[in-house]
Amino acid sequence: MKKVEAIIKPFKLDEVKESLSAVGVQGITVSEVKGFGRQKGHTELYRGAEYVVDFLPKVKLEIIVRDEQVADVVETIEKAAKTGRIGDGKIFVLPMEEVIRIRTGERGGEAI
Amino acid sequence: MQGGSPSYGGRAWCARSAVVVATVLGLAATGHTAEAAKIDSGDTAWMLTSAALVLMMTAPGLALFYGGLVRSKNVLSIVMQSFIMMALISIQWVLWGYSLAFGPDHGHIIGGLDWLGLRHVGLEPNADYGPTIPHQTYMIFQLMFAIITPALITGAFAERMKFSAFLVFSLLWATLVYDPLAHMVWGTGGLVGKVWGALDFAGGTVVHISSGVSALVCAIVIGKRLGFGSDPMPPHNLPFTVTGAALLWVGWFGFNAGSAVAANGLATSAFVATNTATAAAALSWMSAEWLHKGKPTVLAAASGAVAGLVAITPASGFVAPMPALMIGAAAGVLCYGACNLKSILGWYDDALDVVGVHGVGGTWGAIATGLWASAQINPDAFAPKGPAVSEGLFISGQWGLVGNQVLAVLVSYGLAIVGTLVCLALTSLVVGGLRVSDDHEFAGLDLSQHSENAYVFATGGYGGGTSFSSPGSPHEHRAALGANAMK
Repeated sequence: MKKVEAIIKPFKLDEVKESLSAVGVQGITVSEVKGFGRQKGHTELYRGAEYVVDFLPKVKLEIIVRDEQVADVVETIEKAAKTGRIGDGKIFVLPMEEVIRIRTGERGGEAI
Repeated sequence: MQGGSPSYGGRAWCARSAVVVATVLGLAATGHTAEAAKIDSGDTAWMLTSAALVLMMTAPGLALFYGGLVRSKNVLSIVMQSFIMMALISIQWVLWGYSLAFGPDHGHIIGGLDWLGLRHVGLEPNADYGPTIPHQTYMIFQLMFAIITPALITGAFAERMKFSAFLVFSLLWATLVYDPLAHMVWGTGGLVGKVWGALDFAGGTVVHISSGVSALVCAIVIGKRLGFGSDPMPPHNLPFTVTGAALLWVGWFGFNAGSAVAANGLATSAFVATNTATAAAALSWMSAEWLHKGKPTVLAAASGAVAGLVAITPASGFVAPMPALMIGAAAGVLCYGACNLKSILGWYDDALDVVGVHGVGGTWGAIATGLWASAQINPDAFAPKGPAVSEGLFISGQWGLVGNQVLAVLVSYGLAIVGTLVCLALTSLVVGGLRVSDDHEFAGLDLSQHSENAYVFATGGYGGGTSFSSPGSPHEHRAALGANAMK
């Protein structure tokens, strides 16, 4: 099992979610996050005073998948979240040791 | 005439005529000239409406205007300062404020104590202040000015002053600075308005210079906010601010047109001048920032409108529409520059730009009154009928009025500076310091001064703190939040 984490542009969330559903992903955890990478922040202006806002709003998705799904899921996110402009985000793939469904006590792949 | 100084307004003429008629007919004009005056229902209706409009400027107008500009952890504290001011000064005014400001003159400086508790302030007109309206109507109209003026200052010490210090300071300031200045400018026998003949239709000196200059003194004495200059402190809710500015714009018609103390042509002229200047200033501030910084910001438009309202205030009953347009257009650019100067200088933290808008806008308006004041607009204000020595410089080519306007500005500056220093020193003695502790400032005044949170989902300085696990006394609750914060 693997955990796929993706940081994407917020307005791409719906598109990514629908594409992932289409390739069989059954659960996603989403958080609103802030951060910065190569994309610059923006400037805000109040009565002539400029504030540089470094941290930009992004959306973070966390998806747990079976090993054989990983390539599909990553490719799907890559396609759906891409605008081609700086700030499109990143995808991380991490090993996942165990998954437990609390209601039934199922473990591993059954619990995903 | 906000003033109601009889010598300025259209009604004064009526009053005098009434007295003359009474004398000719052999009626006794001795003692109670009020007997000769008749209450005009149109004037009274307009003045009561104007009083209500001016009260609306403080809350919700100013409360929202300022409330949007602070950070979310301090919004309740600043809204509260405007709101409670309505209660505080209402009591001060009926007990002693009105008497000090408008009571029988003492040395051209201050009113006496004869009208304490509104003694002698009844429903008969006072010929000096408003010959066609009940004296109490004039009193309640003037109260609304006395409320908003100290409320304007709160923008300077926002986000860091103790609530107790704010209360004591406001009460002292209203008594020691506002009341004497209002007397000198508008009171019968006042030094600035009657003896020197400086013109201030609706409060350029009394309201805006006094609050703006006092704001500068407060900002310097109380010191900068924690993190000023390094931490971003952007406004937390600009829709509040724009709504507040719009309410101020509407309410200001009561402020300026109401200062005619009658429902007449002069009130209309002041209304038109006010609206024209405000519109010009909203456009000019927005354009100045657009040219200078590249974007036409919403805050620029709202701030510009307020700057225009401030600048036209002293001139509104004396100038024609085209001078009003110029006064407003210049005010937008001047006040925008003044607000930028604060960031460039960096040695005082006037949190919400009271100095840049009210101090600078008020000063410009007072001087501009000396440039464009015209007897065509308000014949009763000028010699030989009224106290002003000449028309404005650009109207008559004479410097006399400008000189007196400058004198009025200097007196207002002097009284505001000295008076505010005295009030701050006394306040500090009474409540033991002006400022909240650093951790209370970081937590935000909403939590530290009032044990409340404006937005249940918003994070204050210490984070959300909405886990009400057990009902407890406010003290326990605060302790719990404090402990949470320390993690």
